[in-house]
Amino acid sequence: MSKCSKTNKWGDIDMGKRFTAAFASALLAGTALAQAETITIATVNNGDMIIMQALSGAFEAAHPDITLDWVVLEENVLRQRVTTDIATGSGQFDVMTIGTYEVPIWAQQDWLVPLETLPADYDLDDVLAPVRDGLSYDGTLYALPFYAESTMLYYRTDLFQAAGIEVVDQPTYEQVRDWAAAVHDPANDVYGICLRGKPGWGENMAFLSTMVNTFGGQWFDMDWNPTIDSPEWREAIGFYVDLLNSYGPPGASSNGFNENLALFSTGKCAMWIDATVAAGMLSNPDQSQVVDTLGFTATPIAVTPKGSHWLWSWALAIPASSDAQDAALEFISWATSKEYIQLVGAERGWVSVPPGTRASTYANPEYQAAAPFAQFVLDAIQTTDPIDNTLNPSPYTGIQYVGIPGFQAIGTQVGQMIAAALTGQMSLDEALESAQRSTERTMRQAGYLR
Amino acid sequence: MTKQHQDKLMITGLAWFVAVVIFFPLFWMLLTGFKTETEAVTTPPSLFFAPTLENYEEVMRRADYFKFAWNSIFISGVATLVSLMLAVPAAYAMAFFPTKRTKSTLLWMLSTKMLPPVGVLMPIFLLFRDMGLQDTQIGLIIVYALMNLPIVVWMLYTFFKEVPREILEAGRMDGALPKDELYHLLVPLSLPGIASTALLSIILCWNEAFWSLFLTTSDATPLTAFIASFSSPQGLFWAKLSAASTMAIAPILVFGWMSQKQLVRGLTFGAVK
Repeated sequence: MSKCSKTNKWGDIDMGKRFTAAFASALLAGTALAQAETITIATVNNGDMIIMQALSGAFEAAHPDITLDWVVLEENVLRQRVTTDIATGSGQFDVMTIGTYEVPIWAQQDWLVPLETLPADYDLDDVLAPVRDGLSYDGTLYALPFYAESTMLYYRTDLFQAAGIEVVDQPTYEQVRDWAAAVHDPANDVYGICLRGKPGWGENMAFLSTMVNTFGGQWFDMDWNPTIDSPEWREAIGFYVDLLNSYGPPGASSNGFNENLALFSTGKCAMWIDATVAAGMLSNPDQSQVVDTLGFTATPIAVTPKGSHWLWSWALAIPASSDAQDAALEFISWATSKEYIQLVGAERGWVSVPPGTRASTYANPEYQAAAPFAQFVLDAIQTTDPIDNTLNPSPYTGIQYVGIPGFQAIGTQVGQMIAAALTGQMSLDEALESAQRSTERTMRQAGYLR
Repeated sequence: MTKQHQDKLMITGLAWFVAVVIFFPLFWMLLTGFKTETEAVTTPPSLFFAPTLENYEEVMRRADYFKFAWNSIFISGVATLVSLMLAVPAAYAMAFFPTKRTKSTLLWMLSTKMLPPVGVLMPIFLLFRDMGLQDTQIGLIIVYALMNLPIVVWMLYTFFKEVPREILEAGRMDGALPKDELYHLLVPLSLPGIASTALLSIILCWNEAFWSLFLTTSDATPLTAFIASFSSPQGLFWAKLSAASTMAIAPILVFGWMSQKQLVRGLTFGAVK
């Protein structure tokens, strides 16, 4: 047998060449050619971003030398994709959609282009100060805010009225628990309160970090020791687990923003504490069945108002590896300008304009008329302070996150343990203890602790 | 009712049950694509509703479906051809001229599938960057062809082993060279097997979502990237995502439907002698 294989030749050279040539030409025909003045924009599939994509024809008409190429990705995929791209300097993107968490960290690594010279009519002073500060590093701006959000409490006015509850401007968590108990009606498929339970640094931990802050706790002390086993954490997380288990919907540990949005908009939740951006969605009759019974008030507090509601902004930044930085700056200045907000107002209605970024939006009577929640959102954003974020001094910036590179992993891991406490797989003490231990380990590995 | 009859009834019932369990998610996806976003998340879910095409309209308005679909078809097709061109001679050699290392070579090839793709993300990403292969169809074709090669070789190897060696030997007696044996005897004899291997490879390429999301940006993006763009972190998206997913699986579903005869023949090839 082996003799046979040795005595006969394998290759049919002519045939091989023919195949190679045919395939090479087929493959080359399919590869794309790069274009000079095209800017590639990586973004997420949020309502406001989709409107930007739809209206971007106006930008292209005004800038015939610039073509826009959109890459829309799922949020987690976008983060991984953009991080890989930027860390290896491969320059696939000219504009990136990133958040307040990434901007200072990436700016420190020199991954982003500093935005020192903006067009004269941009009016940077019109951008709300907390948002501007959140997108700066060392006093320099590195991204322009497309929209910004904080948190607020949504409730059903009809259910509250029926239960005789008077909602106050600044509720406490104790009051929220009493209200939840009064309106909880699982027999009719209405649950007292919906909160995030899905594990993840941007899911349950975003909400729970604000809750821990207002209960007087924090992630780390001034020496970067985790304080998850502190009484404040125990009280905050214990309150959350008890509240959600008593008055929450079944399967709350798998509910994130979207799941709760679906529940609240179909009338299954009496209360919901989450991002202010949901106000526009819940006020849209195409997406919501509770438009006429939607009430809102400030995010509840416990012992301190510090860090009780978050600040997040989806912003547009230019990676240092981009080879079309001038065109990219033109685009991001346009997409975050007053002119763009006017365009959305005129084309899509004022309730659809990107919220939370500019004082001029909130001063606009048309916006005030279209968005009854406008003042709440403005107040919520104006009262956030990512630096003075906790009752006792903390070494980090960020309200619902800690602005250090390893936080995504830490937050998600702790989030999983708290979700386990919520479902009863772990006791509260076990969950907090193991969260403390794993965070200590990660911080030690990262060199924060010895 | 005889025992035999009862058994037959039970097996038929079981087959129907398994089929329904497998088909139900697809059916639900199809149904959800015709609902509004609010209807899509309503509990209890509604089976009867006024169907709407608005999700399909929106999906078509927001993305160039045909560009994504063409990329998927071209990349899956060419990658499968490339892996077959490499695997047919390899499997032929391993099936008919084995050495003492053939078995361990086969196992070693399969072991490369056990490494999670993310483990080699960085080296491949850097290679692609330096070779200018990012966001090109040829780049994905290379990755897919190599990624599926172990499975394709294995499948072909088992199919070729089913072919009686006497037929090849008879050919050799008549003066056929190995390439004649391969192209004129072995390939035609095991065509159902090769066809089902090709089908499996196409399906694997079509569904691959890790490399396609990391190595492409906009020019070479296949349908997996198309689907990924309809998932939203803030806002209801299930109806549009279902419409996009239905459109993404439609071509491969039709293709699978049309070639199911080949597939079944291939999978049962050599089962009854």
